[in-house]
Amino acid sequence: MNGVEVAFVLFGALAVMAGALAVTTSRVVHAALWLAVSLAAVAGCFLMLAAEVLVWVQILIYVGAVVVLVLFALMLTRAPSGPSPGAPAGRVLGAGIVAGLTAIVLLAIQLATFGDERIELTGGGGGAEDIGGGLFSNWVLPFEALSVLLLAALVGAIALTRRRSDVGDGG
Amino acid sequence: MSLALPLVMSSLLFGIGVFGVLARRNAVLVLVSVELMLNAANLNLVAFDAWWSDTLHGGQLMALFVITIAAAEIGIGLAIVLLVFRARGSSDLDDLGELDERREPDQPMIMFNQRVHSTEIGHDHGEVGGRA
Repeated sequence: MNGVEVAFVLFGALAVMAGALAVTTSRVVHAALWLAVSLAAVAGCFLMLAAEVLVWVQILIYVGAVVVLVLFALMLTRAPSGPSPGAPAGRVLGAGIVAGLTAIVLLAIQLATFGDERIELTGGGGGAEDIGGGLFSNWVLPFEALSVLLLAALVGAIALTRRRSDVGDGG
Repeated sequence: MSLALPLVMSSLLFGIGVFGVLARRNAVLVLVSVELMLNAANLNLVAFDAWWSDTLHGGQLMALFVITIAAAEIGIGLAIVLLVFRARGSSDLDDLGELDERREPDQPMIMFNQRVHSTEIGHDHGEVGGRA
């Protein structure tokens, strides 16, 4: 096990533990903050897989924007800062069984198929030049489609959250 | 680096996300769990990109697209949660059960875009739910 693998395991363990805390903690604001830790640790995993651009995209969009958006949503829905009651024990048990089975099935299939494979990391494969060149040559059509999707999401979010009285004012 | 490490990690992260979606009561935290599942998928995409040594970088760019779509998704999702909170005064998913046929019409059923205190309309909906 070399240094990259050790760092990946550390980042991975941090991501999994922070993710587990995010879905189990009884304080909703803490859940959003543990999500930030988990996403930042996933960014560290991306770095160990030599996907440098994705690291910064992950930090900027997820840790920067999505977590702030989630915190704002928690604030606007008046989420309590103290502990809030969790789901009934039966549902937690059922969810745990389903989640455990999902993870076991995924693990079994992937490890049976790719368990012995090795990643030969070559530096520079995920830099800005490679990603930008790929994005604007081979992947330009999905890129343009995504820009339309983002515009639609922007307009949709504004239209959804507009107060009803605004409709009458606007005619 | 062994390919098994990212695969194990993404499987665990996906399982955690599934648990959160099923067990959480707050609608915002269900969206948080969905983000964890999307991150698990992203990690798989990047890991297989590195394993394949893809010259087109299909995996990394697909992960980039997934991140973009996830940002759009959580924007719309939180807008809907906010709208539900504004109409119902709660973002607890257990309170949002008016499509449940077995539900007792104990609480006034309130439609979107109606005032919270319009109990007459709510009562009618309760009867419809009871007959069904």
